[in-house]
Parts: sequence; C-alpha cells; structure tokens
Amino acid sequence: MGIFDIYLLEALINGVLLGGVLALLSLGLNLIFGVIDVVWICYAELIMLGMYGMYFLYSVYHLPLVAAGVVCIAGVAVLGVLLHVVVISPLLGAAPINQLLATGGVLFFLQSAATVMFGVEFKNLGMRLPVLKLSGMFISYSRLLAFGFALVGMVLVYLFLTRTYTGTAIRAISQDRQIMVLMGVDSRRIYLITSALGGGLAGLAACLLVLQYDIHPFVGLSFGPITFLICVLGSLGNFAGGFVAAFVFAEIIALGGLYSDLEWGYVLAFAFFIVMMFIRPQGLMARRS
Amino acid sequence: MTGVLPWLAGAALVGLPFVYTSPYPLHILVIILIWSFAYTSWSVMGRFGLTSLGHGGFMGVGAYVTALAWNKAGLSPWLGIPLALVAAAVLAAVVAYPCFRFKITGHYFALVTLALSGIVLQVITATRDHTGGSLGYTPERYQGGSSLYALQFTSKTTWYLIALGVWAVGLWIWYRVDRSMLRYALEAIAEDEDAAAATGVHVTAEKLKITVLSAVMTALAGALYCQYQLFISPDTVSGISVSLQMVFAAVVGGIYVAYGPTVGAVITIVLAEVLRISFGTRAVGWDNLVYGILLVIFIVFLPKGILGSLLDLRRPRRPTALPST
Repeated sequence: MGIFDIYLLEALINGVLLGGVLALLSLGLNLIFGVIDVVWICYAELIMLGMYGMYFLYSVYHLPLVAAGVVCIAGVAVLGVLLHVVVISPLLGAAPINQLLATGGVLFFLQSAATVMFGVEFKNLGMRLPVLKLSGMFISYSRLLAFGFALVGMVLVYLFLTRTYTGTAIRAISQDRQIMVLMGVDSRRIYLITSALGGGLAGLAACLLVLQYDIHPFVGLSFGPITFLICVLGSLGNFAGGFVAAFVFAEIIALGGLYSDLEWGYVLAFAFFIVMMFIRPQGLMARRS
Repeated sequence: MTGVLPWLAGAALVGLPFVYTSPYPLHILVIILIWSFAYTSWSVMGRFGLTSLGHGGFMGVGAYVTALAWNKAGLSPWLGIPLALVAAAVLAAVVAYPCFRFKITGHYFALVTLALSGIVLQVITATRDHTGGSLGYTPERYQGGSSLYALQFTSKTTWYLIALGVWAVGLWIWYRVDRSMLRYALEAIAEDEDAAAATGVHVTAEKLKITVLSAVMTALAGALYCQYQLFISPDTVSGISVSLQMVFAAVVGGIYVAYGPTVGAVITIVLAEVLRISFGTRAVGWDNLVYGILLVIFIVFLPKGILGSLLDLRRPRRPTALPST
C-alpha cells in the first residue's frame, strides 16, 4: 500500500507540473481568442518553430540557454504579429469558420515548411537535466523548471493585463469590441500587441517544452489538440477557466497514465471533455454574456 | 446539368479502364475517386456552415471496424462494412446530438469534433495490441487473391469501377440533399438558428440528420480505402490531419457545388503525385507546403473555391451567401 501511495503522489505531482505548462499554452490561445475572436489552429505549430529555434540557437550556434530563450520568445512573438498581419487581418470581417480554416492552412504550411527545412529526424537539445529524488519519488528538474517558468509567465501576463494602461485596453476590448473603438482605443494596435503577446507566450512554451520533448515537424499535433480542448472546456477566452481546466486535464492524463498507458490517459481526458460538453456546454466557467 | 454531355462523360468514365489499362494511372484514379467521395461526404454537411473537424474520426471508424471484423471475427466486409457504418452513425449521433441540443456552434462545434478525431486516433494507438497502433494494420489476404466474399480484388479495373460507382452515389446523394427540404431548413439554420426555429424548423433534428448522413458516407470511404489499399494506419485514415485534409480539399474545390470536392481531390492528389515523381524523396513536405499556402489564399480571395468561382464567372447564379455562423 505504501508503494502504491508513493506512485499515486508522484503521478499527482507530475500532473500538477504538466498542468502548469498546459495552463501556459491555453493562456496564449485564450488571449488571442478573447481579444481578437479568432482561434489560431496553428498555435502549436508556432511552438514547434520556437522549439526548432531553441535547438538551432543552443545546440548549433551555441548561445547560452537563457539568451537563446529570450531570442526564441522574441522570434515567435514576431511570427505571431506576422500571422495576424498576413492571414488574420484580411479575414477579420469574414465568417469565423473561414478564419479557423485559414489558420488550418497555416498549420499545414508550417508543418511542411519545417519538414522541408529541417527534415523529419527527431532532434533534441542533447542535455539531460538531473532528476530530483524526493522520498522515493522521481520528479524531473525540467518539469519543475517548466512549471516554475510557466507560473512566472502567467503572473507577468496577469500583471500586464491588470496594471498597465495597454493591458486594461486589451481586457476592455475583449469585453466589448464595438464600444471600445468608439471610446478611442485603436483596435488595430491592440490586436497587434495581443498577437505579439500570444506569440511570445508560445515562444516561452517552446523554451519550456524543448527541455522535455524531442523536436520534430509534427510535434505540434501531440499537444495542440489538448490545448484547444482545455480552452473550450474552460470557456474560450476565459483565462481563469482555462487555468482550472488545464490542471483538471493534466491530472486526468497523469492519473490515467498511472493505471495504464499514457494514451489511455489522453483517451480518458478526451472522453471527459466530451461528457463535460454535455453537462456544461459553455465550459466549466460560462462566460458572462 | 442537362443534355447528353453528362451521359457521354459517364460512359467515358465507365469505359476508360477497358481501353486504358496502365496500372499506375488507374491506381491514381481509384485513389482520387475514393477521396473525392470522402470530400463530398464532408461537404454534404460542411456547406451548411457545420464545419466538422471530426470526419477523420468517422473515416478511421469505417476503416478499422471493417478490418477488425474481418481479421478478428472472420466477418465478411459485406457485413463488416454495414457494421462500421452503424458504428460511425452511432458515434456521430452521440457526439452531435448534445452539440446541437445545447447549441454548440461555430468555433465550439469545430473544436468539439476536433476532440472526436483526437479520441479515435488515440484509441487506435492505445489499443495497439489489437490494431497495430501507429504501425498500421493489414486486413488478412483472402486465399487466392480476388474474392467477392472478402471484397478483395487484385484487378485495378474492378476497383476502379467500384470506386466510380460509390463516387457517383456520393454525387447523387449530394444532389438529393440539394433538392430536398432539408437543404432549405439547413440554410435557414446557417443564417440564423433562432429565427429558423421560430419559423418551425426543428433545428436539432435537421442538423442531426445531415451529420449522421455525412458521417456514414465518410465511414464508407474509410472502409473502401481499407479494402483497396489493404493497409491502414492511424495517420492515413484518422486523426486531425486527415480531418483538415478533407476540409482543405473541399474548400479548394468549392463546397457549394456538387463537383467541387472532386475538383479539390483531383488538384491535391495530382499535385502531390507530380511533386513526388519529379522530386522523389526530396519532395517530402512540399505538397503540404503548397496546399497550406493555397488554402490560405483560397479562403482570403476565393471562398467559393476553384470550381465555384469558375461557375460564377460563366453565368451569374443565385447568390450563395456565406453562412454566417
């Protein structure tokens, strides 16, 4: 029984650590949706490019890890702005589904661009962070680090959104798109800042994920869908809802994986999602209308 | 479509494999026909603003149920395929009913169905002891090659005729839906659900009908693909990329015209083959690269697709407004 409890506790802790990263992923997507009212289906592919960026900066050009991280975050932020200017802004007035499909096209494009440029071989940073042993439990430092940075990133975004003028304008626009423009907020500028912020969060996620996972052009598919589900479960555009949903999902995956294969953890999480959609169709925390 | 032209074209398509027997082009034609049918199945509901990203899941169910029934239970595909279609219909109803009942539309519907294709992919991968997981799965060959009982044929001509027949049935269903009351109901729903409900349209029931129809057709495409290729893997018949591939080809061809998805399939498959032949293994990724760019350009500039826009140029038709979901 004692051994069992240790495993259970380890799975719980790993679930919390995974939850932190998932919460960070969903935050970026929620921010974009809440403010611009667009779903970036290719969000995970931006992260994939960020991971390649980290690989080249750190392993090929031998930049220090932190510097590589900063460059990577800035780079993906620029990609986010580019995505908005090139694809989203011509479609702002179009049907939402068309916007969704257009970013689906970007997903194809980024995946295959990565295949063409970098090949399909798995790559990794080639560094293994030590594993923390705590009274019989094994917890990897890379996960702890990812969790810590994800929390710091989320707190910074929270402070930015609540304590600065621009942040207030972003939140205001997410509440009422029409009125805020009449109040003199330049919505184009806000959209650009939000896209950069969303891209930057994807960049941060890339820096953290690259510590734990191998990089290949289709890596986005392994955590992209789960991010969308988290956002929907927590109500699209609702930051707090996404945060809670991320931890619920992560625990289901971690505990499901404890009793069986990791895939069954995912199957359980997906099934939970569909059942929750029946019970609370507007998400865990329905958005104020 | 009036006059003798469609009949002539139909006769030419049926006669083609007897005149022209080169196996490789026939193989490409069979593949094009099967995928055209799958894309048509998607557009049957996609044209009403019901953007499903779950069709990869239905296709996977169609392919895997048929193959598993044959290998594990020794069930002939003649029974296995109906079983697969029923399974896809049940799956579609179970997921879609609450969606429509609770008014999950637009983004939400697309993402819930995305979860569905994710689940099917993960279940296939997780049950790798039975399905072979991501390595793929092969229905057992019937002794002696061709057999009507096992629905396995070595002759490409046979497969061409089967695929042609199924494709034609797909188009016929498309036309039937186009001429039905269901179409008017669904167009009204796409414009404004509440207003449609107020005028007496049973929103949930109508949407459910078209979704189950579309899912069953897609599952048939999956089963057909499985029987033709005799090899299926989660990446080729299920999952999110297959779903997106369907949406993409249908949108490029044009989802508001009957032959649009077919045109989409021809363009995408021919493009992939041309790139593959001219560049060999170096072409890996280039086809999707071109698709991705095309998809974005099409949605921005030609939301009605290639064929839809061409038909518009030829003669001004009644306006087919984009559904504003």
